Amino acid sequence: MTRLAVSPLTTYLGHLEKGELGYQFSPAANQAIFYPRVICPVTGSENLEWRVSAGFGTVHATTVVHPQQGAPFNVALVDVDEGFRLMSRVEDIEPMDVKIGMRVKFRVHPAEGEEPPYPVFTPAGDAK
Amino acid sequence: MSGLTRGCAAIVGVAESDLGAVAALMSPLDLMAQGIARALDDCGLTLKDVDGLFCATTQARTSAMSLAEYLRLPDAYTDSTIVGGSSFEVHVAHAQAAIAAGLCTVAVVAYGSTQRTVGRRAASAREYNPYETPFKPFLPATAYAMAASRHMHEFGTTREQLAEVAVAARQWAQLNPAAWEKKPLTVADVLGARMVSYPLTVRDCCLVTDGGGAVIVTSAERAKSLKKAPVYVLGCGQSITHASISSMPDLTHTGAIRSGAEAYKMAGLAAKDIDVLALYDAFTINTILFLEDLGFCAKGEGGPFVAGGRIVPGGSLAVNTNGGGLSYCHPGMYGLFLLIEATRQLRGECGERQVKDAKTALAHGNGGVLSAQATVILGTEAAL
Repeated sequence: MTRLAVSPLTTYLGHLEKGELGYQFSPAANQAIFYPRVICPVTGSENLEWRVSAGFGTVHATTVVHPQQGAPFNVALVDVDEGFRLMSRVEDIEPMDVKIGMRVKFRVHPAEGEEPPYPVFTPAGDAK
Repeated sequence: MSGLTRGCAAIVGVAESDLGAVAALMSPLDLMAQGIARALDDCGLTLKDVDGLFCATTQARTSAMSLAEYLRLPDAYTDSTIVGGSSFEVHVAHAQAAIAAGLCTVAVVAYGSTQRTVGRRAASAREYNPYETPFKPFLPATAYAMAASRHMHEFGTTREQLAEVAVAARQWAQLNPAAWEKKPLTVADVLGARMVSYPLTVRDCCLVTDGGGAVIVTSAERAKSLKKAPVYVLGCGQSITHASISSMPDLTHTGAIRSGAEAYKMAGLAAKDIDVLALYDAFTINTILFLEDLGFCAKGEGGPFVAGGRIVPGGSLAVNTNGGGLSYCHPGMYGLFLLIEATRQLRGECGERQVKDAKTALAHGNGGVLSAQATVILGTEAAL
């Protein structure tokens, strides 16, 4: 058995550091897998390919969190076109104006101090 | 759960510990022990009879070990399965299996929480999830809010219909001496309350209280000779579809569809046969989802179904007669209280809120963020 040199999360964060939204694809299951894993949950296979998303998706669910202090902010689930769903935030728009079905485009929220980069989205208009 | 036999075990004792805001420096184990002593008294058994410990709390990593120490029961069969608020419905199924397999004869299912006293953050430490935590979801409310957003989008469910669930729960709570919140509540009050995670206001969310309790389970044979009429375990089922909301397969269809189907199959009953419902109402959307997924109305019709007074006291369907997690008590993992209320209804002990001639009850537990669903169907001897 060879020791795994790089964890799935490290690879994912490495893509984000390059401005990319990385995800896994299982050839055996013929589907995207997210969050990144060591094995495919459909087949049990360790054979998972890393791919980079084109960065377009659709808002699947949305809410506006009202913290006890500070401004309300959006939290959304986004269905990315390559066939996986992730939690994110839609920016450059009033939180209450984020609607289910809205087309959105990926961008990186860069690392800040100890906090690693993470994927956010902005309205994509009619862009494909 | 298909290997279990309908009615081979029974709930024979139930009790709450102190609820609401408990005495300073009470521990979760103190509350479990208090519940166990009271539940044993309820059925006429003693601590010496107990040989199975089933328990869960977010405040003790190895709660069965701690409880075995506290009660000095080194030989007890133990199970501290923890899948959130539905842990106790799972424990009943596991206890039934353990009793059937001869691993124990008298099982206690116990819970304790001091989350109001110590603070929610201290009672239940949040685990860092690299795929969710950066977005600062206010969990669990944000997850349920997103499920509500889908239900509103797909089926036209309204905030007013969500609010009806909270109003009904409050009206039931007003009939329960043990309930924490009894102030009159209107739909307008719910809509106008502080927003937590849109569309859920603080009145769409469960209470934050202390509390605990215990349920005693034994074989149907042993149950016959105890203080009160046995409440038989007719059916059990569970389904764990995800742990975090971003991995939920379908935000408007929960694992209750499967857990309910399993429980109904084992019980040989259908939704139309159930007299009393105890549904885990951590948030108002829960009651709507579970009424649909457990077959009391069609998918998508839960909003109109709960409107117009159908689930208030005197309505056509008795749902959460203790006032629920929304108005009676919610110490973080509410599932044990569903079993306590269902048992009391089947014994006819519920006073003003008693459902007349109740012979069957369904307790449906929910854990995590609509993650772990577990259903227990209970019945009186007449339902055997």
